[in-house]
Amino acid sequence: MVPEGWYMGLAAALFLIGALGILLRRNALVMFMCVELMLNAVNLTLVSAGRALNDLDGQVAVFFILVVAAAEVVVGLAIIVAIFRRRSTASVDELSDLKG
Amino acid sequence: MVEALLFVVMAIAALAGAVTVVVARNPIYSALGLLGTLFSVAVLYVIQLAHFVAAVQVIVYAGAVMTLFLFVIMLIGVDKSESTEENLPMQRIWVGVLAIVVILFTGGVTLAGNFEWVVPQPTATISGAPISEPVNGTIQAIAEPLFTGWVLAFEATALLLTIAAAGAIALAHFRRKGV
Repeated sequence: MVPEGWYMGLAAALFLIGALGILLRRNALVMFMCVELMLNAVNLTLVSAGRALNDLDGQVAVFFILVVAAAEVVVGLAIIVAIFRRRSTASVDELSDLKG
Repeated sequence: MVEALLFVVMAIAALAGAVTVVVARNPIYSALGLLGTLFSVAVLYVIQLAHFVAAVQVIVYAGAVMTLFLFVIMLIGVDKSESTEENLPMQRIWVGVLAIVVILFTGGVTLAGNFEWVVPQPTATISGAPISEPVNGTIQAIAEPLFTGWVLAFEATALLLTIAAAGAIALAHFRRKGV
């Protein structure tokens, strides 16, 4: 049996890559994909910890995170499309209207 | 042994997909990299006996969410002209510092615990009699806590999904004045 520490390490690596993507990329769509990456890393930790602790609640929590992620994607992509129709750009650097 | 081999292969696939998401110029390649990561993580769920979660991962994430992403990429056009220059001063340096700190912290915690991240519950007594079965995430096993202890959260997600659907429709009906 692979120790759950390895799964935790993999999840941490995935989370870090996702966070770096959000900080480095400017395309709103790619940033959204990086958010999905980070959510997946968290799901992996929940499943691994649930197995190590012999508890099913980890997997139930993953189910709820999946639902929240799906809702977030639906609204987020709708916002991106609405912005694109008005501005013809998906770059977050262009959206600086609220800058003081 | 089989688990270790599968873990290594799928971990490499997941990391390769994740790196592709971040470095690819073309958003389509980013989407495909994310798809690879999602499938690899689904296999890791199966290894850990989380069968229901793995199925939902493939159906909802790899199926529905990625299809939605590809739809939107096609809808707004593939934009490869993302500028590479950073507008925020010091952003890149701080990102590098953050990455190094996180790597050191995670590596330290993992190595200090000798890869035992949580204290495992004993699954068998010394004489070999099992105390409890290892968790097996079948639909039936997931459904019991879902509809007993977590039922309030379950109802809340129903409300959340309704709100999300209504919000998406409201945003899709957005019209410019005079058009």
